This record gives sequence, C-alpha cells and structure tokens, in this order.
Amino acid sequence: MRAIRRRPTRTVESMIEYLILGCACISIMILLLIIIFLFKEGLPAFAHIPLSEFIFGTVWQVQAVEPRYGILPLLCGSILVTGGAITVSVPLSIMCALYISEVAHPLAREVIKPLIELLAGIPSVVYGFLALTALADLTQRFTGSIHRLNALNGALILAVMIAPTVISISEDAIKSVPKEYREAAYAIGADKWETMSRVVFPAAFPGVMVAVMLGISRAIGETMAVLMATGNAPLLTFDILSSVQTMTAVIAIEMGEVTFGSVHYHALFAIGLILLGITFIINFLAEALLRRFRGVSP
Amino acid sequence: MRFRRVKSSIALVVIRLSALIMVGAGVLIFIYLTVKGSGVISWPFLTEPPRQGMTSGGIFPAIFGTLCLMLLTLTFALPVGVASAIYFAEYTGRGRSHLNILMRYATSILAGVPSIVYGLLGLSLFVLYMRFGFSLLSASLTLSILSLPVIIAASEEALRSVPDSYREAAVALGATKWQMVRYAVLPYAVPGIITSCILALSRAAGETAPILLTGAAYYHPRLPTSIFDQFMALPFHIFALATQSVDPVKTRPIQFGAVLTLIMLVLGMNMVAILIRIRQRRMAQG
Repeated sequence: MRAIRRRPTRTVESMIEYLILGCACISIMILLLIIIFLFKEGLPAFAHIPLSEFIFGTVWQVQAVEPRYGILPLLCGSILVTGGAITVSVPLSIMCALYISEVAHPLAREVIKPLIELLAGIPSVVYGFLALTALADLTQRFTGSIHRLNALNGALILAVMIAPTVISISEDAIKSVPKEYREAAYAIGADKWETMSRVVFPAAFPGVMVAVMLGISRAIGETMAVLMATGNAPLLTFDILSSVQTMTAVIAIEMGEVTFGSVHYHALFAIGLILLGITFIINFLAEALLRRFRGVSP
Repeated sequence: MRFRRVKSSIALVVIRLSALIMVGAGVLIFIYLTVKGSGVISWPFLTEPPRQGMTSGGIFPAIFGTLCLMLLTLTFALPVGVASAIYFAEYTGRGRSHLNILMRYATSILAGVPSIVYGLLGLSLFVLYMRFGFSLLSASLTLSILSLPVIIAASEEALRSVPDSYREAAVALGATKWQMVRYAVLPYAVPGIITSCILALSRAAGETAPILLTGAAYYHPRLPTSIFDQFMALPFHIFALATQSVDPVKTRPIQFGAVLTLIMLVLGMNMVAILIRIRQRRMAQG
C-alpha cells in the first residue's frame, strides 16, 4: 500500500494550474512568433522592391545584375502543380473513401485502411525521391515532354501524397452519415449506387469538402516533393509539361545561398508571408464551410 | 429499368477500380523501394561513415543525427504538449471563453502551416535572433514547434477517453483537481499519449524542409558532440545525394539504401504506435 498522500497546499495547486495554463498558451505564442518574425524579416523587402512589382512581376531572376523579384512565375508554378494534383487525386480519393466505407468487404477494409495510414507516414523527401528517379521517366515516356522534370510530374506525386489525407477524412465524413438515411433509401427501392450518390454523399458533402480543403492546403505547402519533382525553373507558364518552380521550393533552394539581411533574403521571407496568408484563408474557408453546413443539416 | 441497373453497376466498377488504383500505387511504392534498397543495406552500410566524397561507405552519421534530433525534439515537445493537452481536456477546455476559442483557433491554424514556414521561423528566431546558429538545438526546437499541434491534439483525445467515473471517484476521495489529474486520469491516458508522441516523432524524423534551413549539413565528417554542432540527417542526406552531389547517378544505390532505412525507421515507429493502440482498445473492451 502506498502512504497516504498529503493534500498539496493551495499555493502549489494554483501554481500547477498556472503552469499548465502557460503551456496551453504556447500555441498562441507560436502563432504570434511566426507572424511577428515573418513580418519582421519579410516587410523590409518592400523597401527595395515595389509591392506591385513583387506581386505582378513576371520574372523571378535573382542572380542577374539587376535582380527581378516578381512572384507570378512561382505563384503560377504552385497553382499549376496543386491544381493538377487536386484534379487527379480528389475524384480518386473520394471514390476510394466510398469504397472503403460503403462497398468493401470488412476484410478488405482491414487491409486497406492500415495501408493508407502507412502511405500517410512516408516522408515527403521519399516521395520526392520517387518522383525524381522513377516517376519522371514514366511521365516523360507517356507525354513525350522535353523537360524530364515538369509540373505534371510534381502534380502526380503530390496526388499520391495528399490522397491518404483526403481519403481518411472523407471516409470519416461518409461513415458518420446515420444508418437510417441508407435504410430509408433502400426502403423506397434505391440500389447501392443510388443510395451512395443521392443520399449518403450529399449528406457527407461538407465533411468531404473539408477533406478537399486540407488536401489543397497540404499540396500548396508541400516543399521537398515538388522541389525534387518539378525541375526548379521559375517560368511563367500554364503548360503542365514545362518545368516550373513553386513558392515553397524557391525558399528551400535559395535560402541556402543567400546573404542574411540582403534584399533576396527578405524577399524569400515575403514569400513565406504569402504562404502563411494562404494557410489562413484556407483555414477560414474550411471553418466557414463547416459552420454553414452545420447550421443547415440536422 | 435496365438502364438504371447498368448505370449502377458501371458506377460500382469505377469505384472498385479507383480503390484498386490507390492500393496498387501504394503497394507498388513499397515493393519498388524494398527491392531497390534491400540489396544495399548491410551492417557496414548502417554503421560506417561515408567515404570518397560520399560516393561510397555508409550512412551512420546521418542515422545518428536523425536519432539525436528525435530525442531532443521529444525532450522539448513532450512536456509542453502534454501539459497543453491536460489544460484543454481537464481544466477549462470545455468552456467557451475567449482564450479557449483563441487557443483552439491557433492550434488549428498551426496544423496547416507549411513546414517550410516553420523552417523560416526557425531560421529567423533560433538561428539568427537567439544566436543558436545552424545547430542541432535550432533544428530540434523548430521540429518540436512543428510537432506540438499533433501531440496536443492526440494527447487531448487520449485524456478525454478516460471515463468520467475515474475523475468522480478521485474527487469523492477528497483529491484536489491536480491530484485527480495526476493519479486518476494521467496513468490511464499514458498509452494514448505515447502513441501520439511516436506518431509526431515519426513525422518529425522525416521532415526535411525545416532542418534544411536550420542546421542540417551536407557533409559533416565527425558526429555532433554538442547541441550547438551542425549535423547530418537521413532525410537531408537523401535530398542532397539525389540532387546536389557530384554524381547523383553513381550514388543511386546509396540513395536507395538511405531511403529504405528512413522508411523502416519511420514506418517501424508507426507500426509500434498502431500496435499500442490496438492493444489498448482490446484492453478497454475486455
């Protein structure tokens, strides 16, 4: 038997409470630190680069005698790669989620779900490596593009990367649709597909949209995989078979060779600010979506 | 009527096919990496440093660096993360005060912040502002900040799954709030908390972008001896060999070996976490 424990004094008790409260505030503090330091290091860029040139400039060329800091090519690269990944991954992932929760034999489910969890655990640098060594040859052979590393290559590897996120969150949403909905649909003579497409999926739609949002957010923020897959040429193009460079990749690649405190250094932080802004917007949209649908559906 | 039936069965075939594509891609990835990497991995490969300008030899310094990084990250992130989760789950987490709403909002934003932005924070805050330099310390602080949201969310869930009757029993015996948490709630949430930490750590171990900006070195001949040293790390080693070395094609086998080592490390941790979770669920049921 343990000895009887003495009651801690009130001061000890409240000290512990404040300590825990302090720790809980850490997420707010971290967020504040991110905002403060990104602004602190990013804003000085605009003392040298006019804001309009930064946002609407069509050339990112930092090695030139007169360096140009226009982020349109980078933004374009990010949009192209993310857009491609979403187009490929979202339909497949949603169908896969429908399969797991509505169609699959329980035994198949027991195999597929852990596999998808494992896929989610693979580090992004490994996906990048796969894109660089194996996928690039495949995409080039099938499309005959001149650039071995191109936006399509990045989009495809990203599609595989974000699939586990989209699948598992959509599956949660689909699974949480009440059984009564399905039974009601079957009772009026709907078959399996009709029940899925007309009853279950619409009911799960808000959750599925949140899954898509998180997928987009992961795709835009992904660095290593796109860095290794897309060829890193800041070209302003909408050709998916061309080499591109994304906003995340440019930070990772160029921060290594930059002089701290230079315009280039500050410009890279300014790109970080834009990435942070995008994160806020996506998070806001996802929450708004959830709130709106929660208001409407029972 | 017949058209309806045909449409439905086509749709079901498409659904099965897309699941097959996903599963096939996953299985293919694992098989490809295992086949290409398993021939390279050997005891000397895992325990020897790189030689001849990294074109031969092993990857030991990178493995060692990654292990150091994980250990330090855990040291920083675990106490704060668990305390934070205790606050959310046991103290006023259920309330709707402004502070609470703000905290939840911050946690959900942090979970979506790209890892390269964490790298920027680490560079500007730890490396330059606090003058820790490019070091193990800067990198592991950055990684612990990155893994905090994961640890908090999962630990909170573990704490919440402890039945209320445990809390009520403790309070009925005259325990204070902290005694209740410490002796009645925490012990039963430990497996869940361990699972969450393992998952967060395995994520941190594979992160490349943040350590790229805060201290990972392409080649560092000796092992780090203090937390202010630069270090080699597995994910960065893979990236560097594949894209920046003199002869990326010649070192391809080393790259595949390093990739398989990293995957085994990360997925091994994942499996341990999954096993703990399954055992715990069985205990809760039985």
